[in-house]
Amino acid sequence: MIPLSTLKPGQHARVESLAGEPALIQRLYEFGLLEGEDVEMLAVAPLGDPVEIRIGNTRLSLRIREAACVTVSLL
Amino acid sequence: MTPNTITVALVGNPNAGKSTLFNALSGLRQQVGNYPGVTVEMKKGHFTVGDIRVNLIDLPGTYSLAARSPDELVAVDLLLGRLPDEPAPDVVLSIVDASNLDRHLYLTTQLLELGKPVVVAVNMVDLAATQGIGVDCAALSRDFGIPFLPVQANRGVGLDVLQEKLLEAAKSGTAPEPLALPAALEHETTRLVVKLGTAVSPFQARRLILDVNGATEQWFVAKLGDGLSQSLGEIRARLAAAGCPVPAVEARTRFARIREVVAKCVSKPTIRPVNRTDRIDRVLTHRLWGSLFFFAVLFLVFVSIFWAAKPLMDLIDQATKWLSSLVEGAMPVGPLRSLITSGIIAGVGGVLKFLPQILILFAFIAVLEDCGYMARAAFLMDRIMSRCGLSGKSFIPLLSSVACAIPGIMATRVIENRRDRLATILVAPLISCSARLPVYGLMISLFLPAEIYSALTQGLMLFGMYMVGFIAAPVVSLVLRKTLLRGERSLFVMELPAYKRPSPPMILRRVIDAGWSFVRRAGTVILATMILVWAALYFPHNSPDGFGFDERAEVLSDVAKSTDDDVRDKLGDKPIESELAKLGLDVTKPPEEIREEAGKRARATKAEHQRQSYLGRTGRALEPVFEPLGWDWRIGVAALASFPAREVIVGTMAILYEVEVDENNDPLVSAIRADWDTSSVRGRHRIPVALSVMVFFALCCQCASTLAVIHRETRSWLWPTFTFVYMTVLAYAGAFVVFQVGRLIWN
Repeated sequence: MIPLSTLKPGQHARVESLAGEPALIQRLYEFGLLEGEDVEMLAVAPLGDPVEIRIGNTRLSLRIREAACVTVSLL
Repeated sequence: MTPNTITVALVGNPNAGKSTLFNALSGLRQQVGNYPGVTVEMKKGHFTVGDIRVNLIDLPGTYSLAARSPDELVAVDLLLGRLPDEPAPDVVLSIVDASNLDRHLYLTTQLLELGKPVVVAVNMVDLAATQGIGVDCAALSRDFGIPFLPVQANRGVGLDVLQEKLLEAAKSGTAPEPLALPAALEHETTRLVVKLGTAVSPFQARRLILDVNGATEQWFVAKLGDGLSQSLGEIRARLAAAGCPVPAVEARTRFARIREVVAKCVSKPTIRPVNRTDRIDRVLTHRLWGSLFFFAVLFLVFVSIFWAAKPLMDLIDQATKWLSSLVEGAMPVGPLRSLITSGIIAGVGGVLKFLPQILILFAFIAVLEDCGYMARAAFLMDRIMSRCGLSGKSFIPLLSSVACAIPGIMATRVIENRRDRLATILVAPLISCSARLPVYGLMISLFLPAEIYSALTQGLMLFGMYMVGFIAAPVVSLVLRKTLLRGERSLFVMELPAYKRPSPPMILRRVIDAGWSFVRRAGTVILATMILVWAALYFPHNSPDGFGFDERAEVLSDVAKSTDDDVRDKLGDKPIESELAKLGLDVTKPPEEIREEAGKRARATKAEHQRQSYLGRTGRALEPVFEPLGWDWRIGVAALASFPAREVIVGTMAILYEVEVDENNDPLVSAIRADWDTSSVRGRHRIPVALSVMVFFALCCQCASTLAVIHRETRSWLWPTFTFVYMTVLAYAGAFVVFQVGRLIWN
């Protein structure tokens, strides 16, 4: 179980849990980032923050701090 | 409302193709509706089916009805029919993207709870098919109990059936069956409605419970008191104990149902194929290649603005010149001719010249936004921008500000965090806009004459002036975020939409809108300012001896220009002789000396005319203020006159130095240079003076329209006042430092 922010580009993982500020968590849920879903780390911005992830056909940009609120397990 | 009119609200995620569908349905029959007190801009259009008129309202794109800002709350209130001046929609039209149905249906399931008929347009079915995604709309309609219709908004496919279904839904008026939410949640919702009474609808009560510290909660707490937040806390604790934690419960319930239906109704490949967006993003969000591409795009935009626009700008210049000479040939000398040529044609023409640049920049921004690249630019720039107290989303507004701060400030609406947005609005006017170009151009040719310095040196100087804004903006925003706008860091959860081919009609529409609002501004604010400046420099225009200054100067320069014979003729003519005597010319002197004397006096008369004019008197009274910047009263007057619109400076300088602005400003440059050479300060320190003028214009908020837009976007007079004051102080301090340091360096 690791934070989503530590994935490397190309790695897939399964969402285990979300914890943090309610507004952030609600927004992530609305994008379909739910427990049990698969996520893929796509890219890291040039200065190491933010990161680009994919859930289904949705691509999201998250800051490292925000991605750290999502716990995943590597697939 | 007549039975022959129905109202349809169009709702959908950003990038679902909402604007395209709106345009396809309503064509050119559109207007933008603004709502008092908020910045929500909802487009309204209409179309007719048979004898029924359908009014269409385009709501801002949103992922959810969980309102997070007062603006989003207004959109929800409109859907609920709670806006006093707006009819409640008869039908809600939900648009979803066929290739990302799961996520888009989340919002649709929330719309089912509004108590209004819902029709769903499944857009881009063709694109989804190329990815192997097949959507069975008939099955979806059965499962959700509302019509699902395949459309291709960009090609206008499926719109007839859609219109028909909208009418049918309006006629029946039956609300769909909402999705079943957990019993514990529904129980708490009902209890809350009973407790709060008629003030709250079940929909709002549900949002109160589910949106922790959302806009609904803030609005009702302000209205009903802090007791409400305490009871909401208790309700959420009870729900968590019952296995329905907020906010997870809503998403889990909705997505569970959506997944179940989608599994039946949507066929897709078991292994997700690599699509076009995947391949493009592998390069464009790559650390190295992505950054290189980003800078290449920026470079291309700048090159196009400055080089591609040149021929068109020259054309407008020539048209201005031609018009000016036409008027001069047709009109006698006098106040009116001076107003028309120096004031109106030079002033407005000098501004319209920048139209090609504005159009090119807007075309670029529209293309980059429409194809989906702008979100990638925000992704790449977020780290740098957030270091300065801004966010990646501030990048687009600041880039737009290179053309003009007004669209830049309007583009800040995409920034959700209030402090981020305010910081971006307050620093956007510091970015050098196209209206600063004429000042920079004039001053650079003054101290870096083209005969001596290469175009490269001049270009580097121009680049340096742009850097002044690019450095000042982040520094100011950092200071603001540490002082006035202190607060928690914002969220940066942003969707990176799938790439798509930009749609030419959409881009054309945006470019025309931008161009038209610019032309309108040139025709109003700038025209009015030029007329005022001209009048303030022209009146009073009678010298003590009863002659009008301009008539007197005209007679004197006539004499100065005349040939020997003419002068003798004039001397032989008694009335003129007496007039010449009245003008103080010694008629007994030889014609050559008379001519020389007349020329001198003509220039002195013109100078005296300006010095004693209302603006001249003001300028001279303020001379002690301008002196530490190295300016004389004329530069001061030009800067003062430019406060409503900075472009006015070139026209004002032209009036001040009595030259017609044409032939690429050259006569103006030499006239200014000749004047400065006669002064001990400006003759010796030409470079620091020119630099101080440029820095002042770079940092000062000389634009009434920008201040008006800041007022409109922030809904207060505080922020435009603050912007005006801080930028004026910054500009004065900057110009002061540049001149004082500069004169030590170039001593």
